[in-house]
Amino acid sequence: MKKYLSFFRLRFVLGLQYRVAALAGIATQFAWGFMEIMIFTAFYRADADAFPMSLSATSSYIWLQQAFLALFAAWMMDNEIFDSIINGGIAYELCRPIDIYNMWFCRNAANRLARAVLRCMPILLVAAFLPEPYGLAAPASAGHFLLFLVTLVLGFAMTVSFCMLIYVMTFFTISPQGLRILFTSALEFLTGGVIPLPFFPDNVRQVMELLPFAAMQNVALRIYSGSMSGSEMLKAVTLQLFWLTAVTAAGKMLCRMAVRRVVVQGG
Amino acid sequence: MITMEHVCKSYRIAKRNAGFREACRSLFHRETEEIQALKDVSFTIRDGEMVGYIGPNGAGKSSTIKILSGILTPDSGTVLVDGRVPHRDRIAHVKEIGVVFGQRSQLWWDVPVIDSFELLKDIYTIPDNIYKKNLEELTELLNLGELLRSPTRQLSLGQRMRCEIAASLLHSPRILFLDEPTIGLDAVSKLAVREFIRRQNQLHKTTVILTTHDMQDIEALASRIILIGKGHILMDGTLEDIRRGGENIDETVAELYRSYDIAN
Repeated sequence: MKKYLSFFRLRFVLGLQYRVAALAGIATQFAWGFMEIMIFTAFYRADADAFPMSLSATSSYIWLQQAFLALFAAWMMDNEIFDSIINGGIAYELCRPIDIYNMWFCRNAANRLARAVLRCMPILLVAAFLPEPYGLAAPASAGHFLLFLVTLVLGFAMTVSFCMLIYVMTFFTISPQGLRILFTSALEFLTGGVIPLPFFPDNVRQVMELLPFAAMQNVALRIYSGSMSGSEMLKAVTLQLFWLTAVTAAGKMLCRMAVRRVVVQGG
Repeated sequence: MITMEHVCKSYRIAKRNAGFREACRSLFHRETEEIQALKDVSFTIRDGEMVGYIGPNGAGKSSTIKILSGILTPDSGTVLVDGRVPHRDRIAHVKEIGVVFGQRSQLWWDVPVIDSFELLKDIYTIPDNIYKKNLEELTELLNLGELLRSPTRQLSLGQRMRCEIAASLLHSPRILFLDEPTIGLDAVSKLAVREFIRRQNQLHKTTVILTTHDMQDIEALASRIILIGKGHILMDGTLEDIRRGGENIDETVAELYRSYDIAN
């Protein structure tokens, strides 16, 4: 276990050193957040009752999403892992007494966490002081906040676990391009990255909420503002646990298969 | 003790066209072509031996090293290294071996070398006192000193290779695989690396298997030479076996490749 922790630590420290990238990220996320809120405000003005979430809840959703973007954005993948598969640097990693899946999982989690830590604070702070209903409102209750934290962690693990599937599949396709484009665009849409899932038509939404993608950012961001009922929350957390176990198990199995038939080419 | 018996390995070379559609298609269907990298390779290496493994490009040298280090699974045949099957007991196996691939780097690019070493210490769970002792010894013998505090990306090739070799020996492996350890090095660095490898072998009785195209490496280091060409073991003997009289060793080997019809 210690080896994975030190791996985590090294990557985390490495991630913290990119300050300019973090500043640029913060600026982007502010611009993006304001833009989204402006669009939603225009829609709400037309008919506020037509929407499943209040404008305040939607604003909170957007700000939290922007603050924790690095935890959930599927497109933020680790290029070094793809490189090591493509150019054979993986050879060295296979020469270590260490489980490849666990190591990459740690490394991914560390990268994302380091980015999120650098970026979330300024965004959360500013958003919290924005006037109602455009800012980040207080959580619905202390209980909601606690559950928000738990589901945030679960959703984060779920995102990393899903990305692991993509990395592992690269062993089979060699080129990651196709997989990346396919999955990142699908994920943006299906996780509630473009618009929150409640905004989809009911029958579509019911299916979407059962998919693994809904177990990522969707749950935590909606629980925070109290836009889920008790039974909905229970169902959502259960699904999160189920998908996290299933996707991680699938990833590990696929990884074992991949390592067995790996071909390190050249030199 | 390393034994390889009747080991075969073939690769399927994947072929596909560029583009997104093709990439997705390749998930389901791949066009492949098969080439034989190793055909019925057998040899035994005793503890403490220094073996030079030579052959022209594409002969199967690296494939052998990768099979012995547990990265590749052979198609058939048996491989035993100190009683372990490398690809099956990969994690237990790699604890006991050190590997240097001359053309790749195992050090983390952005951090000082010493950080990479510390991470390796945790990865191999090396006890503090052994880590300290090994690090001191390696620092002195390979003249690492100040290099340890520089980021890997800022080291010259020769400096980096010395650090790579140190990195592969931190956990006191019993067997060391060196895949072209002197590739691209200048004369001084080459001599330093060779001298160090010889010392390591004498002092710690580390079994060393090295592949190289540099015949002076072989002359300086290997007491035994295995020649491989087109996937077959062609010769297994000493330097004297291939050298008759005082000719230049490069010419001798080139002549040897030609006589076996394996020169490309």
